[in-house]
Amino acid sequence: MSGTGADLKAPETQSGDLFDKFQPLIDTREKLLSTGVTDPFSLVMEKVLSPTVAICNGRETILLGTYNYMGMTFDPDVIAAGKKALDEFGSGTTGSRVLNGTYSLHKDCEDALKEFFGTEHAMVFSTGYLANTGIISTIAGKDDYIILDIDSHASIYDGCAMGDANVVPFRHNDIEALEKRLKRLPEGAGKLVILEGVYSMLGDAAPLSEMVPLCKKYGAMVLVDEAHSMGFIGENGRGVAEEQGVFDQCDFIIGTFSKSVGTVGGYCVSNHPKFEIMRLVSRGYVFTASLPPSVMATAATSIRKIMDAKYKREHLWKNSKRLHKSLTDLGFELGTKEPQSAIISVIMPDLERGAMMWEALLREGLYVNLARPPATPAGMTLLRCSLCALHSDEQVTEIIGMFERAGKATGCI
Amino acid sequence: MTDRADVKTRIFGLIEQFNKKGIDVSEETRFAQDLEWESLTVLDFVAEVEDEFDILITMNQQAEIEKVGQLVDAVAEMVG
Repeated sequence: MSGTGADLKAPETQSGDLFDKFQPLIDTREKLLSTGVTDPFSLVMEKVLSPTVAICNGRETILLGTYNYMGMTFDPDVIAAGKKALDEFGSGTTGSRVLNGTYSLHKDCEDALKEFFGTEHAMVFSTGYLANTGIISTIAGKDDYIILDIDSHASIYDGCAMGDANVVPFRHNDIEALEKRLKRLPEGAGKLVILEGVYSMLGDAAPLSEMVPLCKKYGAMVLVDEAHSMGFIGENGRGVAEEQGVFDQCDFIIGTFSKSVGTVGGYCVSNHPKFEIMRLVSRGYVFTASLPPSVMATAATSIRKIMDAKYKREHLWKNSKRLHKSLTDLGFELGTKEPQSAIISVIMPDLERGAMMWEALLREGLYVNLARPPATPAGMTLLRCSLCALHSDEQVTEIIGMFERAGKATGCI
Repeated sequence: MTDRADVKTRIFGLIEQFNKKGIDVSEETRFAQDLEWESLTVLDFVAEVEDEFDILITMNQQAEIEKVGQLVDAVAEMVG
């Protein structure tokens, strides 16, 4: 008997090939690579030296395209907690949270979240994607209404689709457009408004201080995704809702461990009195394996440390303001007029020029994210820079010099 | 009561504002293939239609609407 794998052959191209729908994307990618640029979506980090430096393509490279906002990935306490958990609890749980997959460290991580946000409830999911799909699809179903910002993350859209709710988008950060839709919702219908603290593509913050009270005025529940603001924005690092004084009016805050916390996982915190039922009814929580205990130990340690990271927050804001001003002065067009987060997006004229600039920066020894449609708003190509609290002043100076040289070499400035 | 003819006139008027390529529009015109609107243009157009008739058009409903005539039917039903 032959192995099943050996029998798999590449099929002859035939009509009804399910891959035909990907052809435009295949063509775009091949056209881009035919210009001789390095494939921007196949970068491999050969060695990671610190939260801000790695060896990429054999060269020491400053990392400006990670979401390691608070620089926690190499924190000695975080690593020690992970190692200890690995020794004591093994490599993984092999099961769902509602069966054999809840260890004491999962509960401790949820306690850390409750301490961090000051909420009654916290629920850990295996990724941020699962947190959004798992919560949104469960709380808003058929006949309910979801109003969301058009620039919402894919996981929010997917959560809406999975729940079969009536979904109404409004123009990005447009308060008037939001109110018009709230006014038109049927009386008595279930209403959920989904907003993000910081929108990841342009790095701009939402006007939550106006939007959240508006939602409450029209009787809607509010879910805010603070994935790109946790740790960095707000007095206690709770995000944009905290900074703008509306945290207590939000029904659900969703976030991730793969950014400021520096590991992997997702969460939802809430003060809703019936929130705990989510553990039994959310399919994204029930029907997936729980995170390894070592991940929970690193997350819990990191969360508790970033609660008190006031100095890091100040340094990160300093970096953000300085890089934003310097790139603007050099003549680059940025996604926001003022720095609003740790993300600084540089708008490129087109995908080809964006890829050239991305490669020129990589040759200089700087890694940033190349973002293109459909992930980006309005068909833009962006070079997305994400600052880390551990970028030194000297590194920021180097980064500015690299942008200047690469920008001139590629004709972007 | 708004009749279908009135809805049609008003929708054709709104399409005209977004029809930058000057495509001839009939009830058979397809939004994606014929008018070639980008997603942001679609969003703005849908918002204009919603404001004009004081209605909500959900993404689920949008997915069902391919041609101009289908939009006229859907709106006429909502406001009728």
